[in-house]
Amino acid sequence: MQLSDLLIAFGLGLLWLALTARLQRTAFFPTRFTSLRTWVLFILSGLAVYWLQPAMPIRSLDFWLPTATLSLAALGWALTAAPQERSLRKVLPAGLALLGLILLVGLTRHLGPAGWLTASRPPQTLPVVLALLALAGGGLILLRWPRKALLWAGIFLLIGLLIVLKLPALTALAASGLRALAGQAVGSAAATDLRWLGFSYIAFRLIHTLRDRQSGRAPAASLPEYMAYVVFFPALTAGPIDRLDRFLKDLRTAPHAPAADLQAALPRLALGLLKKFVLADLLALIALSPANAGLIRTPGWMWLALTAFSLQIYLDFSGYTDLAIGIGRLFGIHLPENFNQPYLKPNLTQFWNNWHMTLTQWFRAYFFNPFTRSLRQAKRSLPAWGMILITQLATFILIGLWHGISWNFLIWGLWHGLGLFVQNRWTEWIRPRLGTAQKHRPIRWSLTGISTLFTFAYVSLGWVWFALPVEKAILVFGKLF
Amino acid sequence: MRRILIKTLLIFLLLNLLLAAGNPLPALGRLSLYNHLFPGRPRFPFGENPQQAYNFSLYSLEAMFASHELSGLDKAADEYRLLLLGDSSVWGTLLRPEETLAGQINALRLKTCDGRQVRAYNLGYPTLSVTKDLLILDEARRYQPDAVWWLVTLEALPVEKQLASPLAANNPSRLEALAQATGVVDGADPAIIRPDFLGRTLIGLRRPLADLLRLQLYGAMWSATGIDQFYPAEYPAAALDLEADESFHGRLPPSLDENSLALDVLDAGAAMLEGVPLTVINEPILISSGQNSNLRYNFFYPRWAYDQYRQLLSARAGSGQWTLVDRWDLLPPAEFTNSAIHLTPAGSALLAHSLAGLLTCNK
Repeated sequence: MQLSDLLIAFGLGLLWLALTARLQRTAFFPTRFTSLRTWVLFILSGLAVYWLQPAMPIRSLDFWLPTATLSLAALGWALTAAPQERSLRKVLPAGLALLGLILLVGLTRHLGPAGWLTASRPPQTLPVVLALLALAGGGLILLRWPRKALLWAGIFLLIGLLIVLKLPALTALAASGLRALAGQAVGSAAATDLRWLGFSYIAFRLIHTLRDRQSGRAPAASLPEYMAYVVFFPALTAGPIDRLDRFLKDLRTAPHAPAADLQAALPRLALGLLKKFVLADLLALIALSPANAGLIRTPGWMWLALTAFSLQIYLDFSGYTDLAIGIGRLFGIHLPENFNQPYLKPNLTQFWNNWHMTLTQWFRAYFFNPFTRSLRQAKRSLPAWGMILITQLATFILIGLWHGISWNFLIWGLWHGLGLFVQNRWTEWIRPRLGTAQKHRPIRWSLTGISTLFTFAYVSLGWVWFALPVEKAILVFGKLF
Repeated sequence: MRRILIKTLLIFLLLNLLLAAGNPLPALGRLSLYNHLFPGRPRFPFGENPQQAYNFSLYSLEAMFASHELSGLDKAADEYRLLLLGDSSVWGTLLRPEETLAGQINALRLKTCDGRQVRAYNLGYPTLSVTKDLLILDEARRYQPDAVWWLVTLEALPVEKQLASPLAANNPSRLEALAQATGVVDGADPAIIRPDFLGRTLIGLRRPLADLLRLQLYGAMWSATGIDQFYPAEYPAAALDLEADESFHGRLPPSLDENSLALDVLDAGAAMLEGVPLTVINEPILISSGQNSNLRYNFFYPRWAYDQYRQLLSARAGSGQWTLVDRWDLLPPAEFTNSAIHLTPAGSALLAHSLAGLLTCNK
């Protein structure tokens, strides 16, 4: 999100708060109000998917990818909708609104040669209409003949798309195919041609609902509610990854005091702006990067650049989360926290409990816990340490690969998986040996201080793998030590 | 909450009024981590590609000088301080600091006749305007020069080009002071950019203030890497085949009007130095032998205009308080890089050698 996008979102939030304050004193409040808010967020978020999608070299892709996002969300709803939400009478208004929204965005091509809502001019109307018919048909089929097997198909489709988007060779191949479809030169296809805004987060929200439907935990949500959840515009580009049940709770509760929401949102927005657009942007000037990694001459400056990167990535990401939470709050949605002073934690476990919390919670719920359970229930059970090693490594390798399927992210995942394992073993070993010593406050404080510094150093060294391709990362490690 | 908002607004308004009333930029510009936490830069901050050059252009002369190594060094008793003024050829486009004219002179480890060690400082700045050089000279006087070399070329002299340098145009108060002191600058020139009330508030000053901060931050990367310029692997070479065009900034042969050149700025510079010797050096230019080279020396200059400029410069030197050294044809075309005035490291070394005699007893 650019600063201008944030200003627009803030303006819309203020307008919404003003409307809320006015409606609060009418008979409209609270039942019809919550319904209105759901619709407003559904439409606004749907439009934001197009608005925020950056321009791409493949013709009309900045229209088709947002359309695919909305289509996947709608099909995800059709797969997971509770029986009482499936009646045509209930689906029709929202379904038509969704199709109308996509068509309307497509029709903006007739307003001029430039894109009005999309980064470039939308495609011709006929393919848009055909795509909408396909979407409507697909949705109706899924609604009428729901099959449990289709839930798995949906999950595999989303994972497959994630792999294509995260593995540069496959992304480039997909870009070639799309270029050929668009009648453009295939030879110049590159992985950077395909930048699907927020797909990593959208896919995880969708997988969460599909898995919860499989386990019977998914709450009943209407199409507008579900769509508003999946593509909620403040959290579209970089999370947090909310849970549907929690989101619905907010969505279905009328705000008690709009002024309180504003009061909570303003400091959060100010903090987010300061962190992301001032501090992180300034630190970016001196932070370790592929461009400067080979140029820095001495270990001291290398450590400084690495520390700057550690702070920059935290301030940028947590600043973005602050902004998302602040904007969400203007609409009465309390998005979950993503960071809680992670660099002040004395060990790696606590670091990961407080860094990108919604992602780690997602992995815990949908991979780590089920995987651990399956290992425990296996006929030949592993020793405890073996189970910890395997589950930690597997989880963090997946978290690493979620950022991109490349060697450096794989090593970054291994770095943290191994780190967590070693920390677990170390804690088990040292705790009884420390005995009563840790009851003395100065000793406890000293230990905490040293552990915090050590954890920060370990995490920072891990960022070298995260920020750089492997050969440059090795070069940096050579200079650091 | 309401009281907090009102108080914040009042403080913000007060801060803006204070900023608009007084001009804090010069004082803030002098605050610098350079020469303290980071080493001083051997040439002024300048760059159009900050993320690769760890350098960028700003308009605060105070900050530029504060970041320069010149402001961090006490003058030793045996130092002969030589300041070099000029354009991008002096600053050293495509050259590393040690390859610039100042670097090459220092590498020669010259001693003056009275035994002082020559130490040259690069005060070149990559825009073509002698008025911009005069602004720099005005500030540089504080640093006890023993001699000043001012490298000029015709392209820096047309009167209408003097304020085309953003550094000059964006320093209105300094230009007005120069106008009063020397009379060679038109203090009322509409090209001078004067901020209005909004431009003097925090909102208007946000860019210059951010620039001051960025300059400090780039200091870290400059210290870490030693890089202050982006060096492309390849660049287009200076043109050898030229247009069949004899005009020079709208001026046509046969004669170049002396009044259309800001030669009086050189006189003003000499007067400003109050006895410190000023040598004006007509810098080397590329002399092409390509297409239409019978009409033009290079991309910049038709032959008639450049020849007359040299005559005018020579005549002015005879009547002025400065001496002229003409090195216009010192270098072969192979010693120029991407422009008719930008030198290769070897070209720069040749120029340094040719000028070394001005400093030593071996004239």
